[in-house]
Amino acid sequence: MNLQSSTSPVVLAEPRSREVEPVGIAPSNSAVPGRAIHTERVYRHRLPVRIGHWLNVVCLFILIMSGLQIFNAHPALYWGDRSDRDKPLLSMQAVKNESGEIRGLTTILGHAFDTTGVLGYSNGMRQGFPGWATVPSARWLAMGRQWHLFFAWFFVINGLLFATYTVISRHLKKDLLPTGQDLKQIPQAVKDHFVLRHPKGEDAKRYNVLQKLAYVSVIFGLAPLIVLTGLTMSPTIDAAFPWLLSIFGGRQAARTIHFIACFSFVGFVVIHVSQVILTGFFNNIRSMITGYFVVSHEGVKP
Amino acid sequence: MKPERALERRGFLKGTVGSASLLALGGCDNLTQSNWFPSILQKAERLTEGIQQAIAPASAMAKEYGEADISRMFPANGNTDPGTEEYAEMVKKDFADWDVLIDGLVKTPTMFSLAAIREMPARTQITRHDCVEGWSAIGKWAGVPMGDLLRKVEPLPTAKYAVFHCADVDDEGVPYYESMAVADCFHPQTILAYDLNGRPLDVPHGAPLRLRFERQLGYKQAKYVEHIELVESLADIGGGRGGYWEDQRYDWYAGI
Repeated sequence: MNLQSSTSPVVLAEPRSREVEPVGIAPSNSAVPGRAIHTERVYRHRLPVRIGHWLNVVCLFILIMSGLQIFNAHPALYWGDRSDRDKPLLSMQAVKNESGEIRGLTTILGHAFDTTGVLGYSNGMRQGFPGWATVPSARWLAMGRQWHLFFAWFFVINGLLFATYTVISRHLKKDLLPTGQDLKQIPQAVKDHFVLRHPKGEDAKRYNVLQKLAYVSVIFGLAPLIVLTGLTMSPTIDAAFPWLLSIFGGRQAARTIHFIACFSFVGFVVIHVSQVILTGFFNNIRSMITGYFVVSHEGVKP
Repeated sequence: MKPERALERRGFLKGTVGSASLLALGGCDNLTQSNWFPSILQKAERLTEGIQQAIAPASAMAKEYGEADISRMFPANGNTDPGTEEYAEMVKKDFADWDVLIDGLVKTPTMFSLAAIREMPARTQITRHDCVEGWSAIGKWAGVPMGDLLRKVEPLPTAKYAVFHCADVDDEGVPYYESMAVADCFHPQTILAYDLNGRPLDVPHGAPLRLRFERQLGYKQAKYVEHIELVESLADIGGGRGGYWEDQRYDWYAGI
């Protein structure tokens, strides 16, 4: 199916070079035997996108793990402005059970779960998240903050440059913003994702609608949200911009939203990386390193 | 792709992703322990301080809350009792002999008794205390504005920092101290507090005097203050980084 009108440009940046390499007979496990197949190399990701992407990988990795280190200093979340310790929304504790054994207990909205070995109590230590999930791995709040606040600057500067670039280069309009046509395809795209049916040929050259929605909401929704809620935890910023406290519902509420946003990033990364693997790991990784992406076409060479 | 190759690739993938993250983690720990890397991370503090001071006016007031917002339980963190004989003596006498010396780069070094401080015009504020650990508590503080005290001793133009020497020492005998910019002492919400929630400060919360430096994190709010020294540089005091916690790699600028 071809969603593009004949006048619209090739999506995902105009291919700088189009090398068409005949490959011969299609492998037996995919197409109808005997049908011709050829591949095309398209220039998919421009240099600023590639640089921004990999810097962001480093930033997110460190920010998430150093964030969990900071969280471990007080592994509980609240709503409002203050921490009423008898009413946490979430808490991770180490508690002794009747037989004197220490268990990790995670309580979410009043429901308690035994999370021994991962949350609350792991490796013989009372800690929210286990050492393998934190930077530094040992409990060290001061250094966790050093890592976090340093890479937060990288994340913000890289994010601002990237967002500006997507607007100025028209990457946003051409490749990321879903069109009206795209939106109509949502039900079909959801079905395709569920049965792991991935676009081929011309359709593989552009992002599908769910991809577009995911990227746009992460870049222009989740990223600003996590930065603003992070800033709302700053007492100096709160003094200068008290409306931040009002829009997020208080400093502790902002901390809770920051935490939820963090795990939304984790969710995004898990789905993103599994899609990268499912739709051709090496082709995808190469395209994010060199810029070039290989698309296979079925049928006669144009 | 042939099935064997797919399997090979999957194994390779698992191996790569697994060892990459282990390497990265080990790498982070090595960097944390190195001599040079933490000083690079520390550079972010100056940037944060510069940007925050540029966008937050020096006169910006920390949010003040209502009586209904006060925390029922205000946690006490850090040292909750100086534990020295001298201090125990002071507690016994209800701090009747407590006084605070303000000296250093000032025109008239002065000793203020607790009674004299209590007689000066007071400021009461209901503010939020944000601990570096992540929790917040709201309390009503009453005390004397630091600016009023400093106007009495007249800081010299060279005085850049106010250093708060405290009566508590840690388990290894290291005395507690903190510091802030002299300019921040003149912020109306910066007070030397003696009451919490309408009652004289108790020992865990820093009796009889503690600093309230709103707009910065909890570890800046020095307890058991007995001596305030105005200096030009922090290099020769304690570990040289401006405070007990700062000497343990916490940022001196605790605005975030």
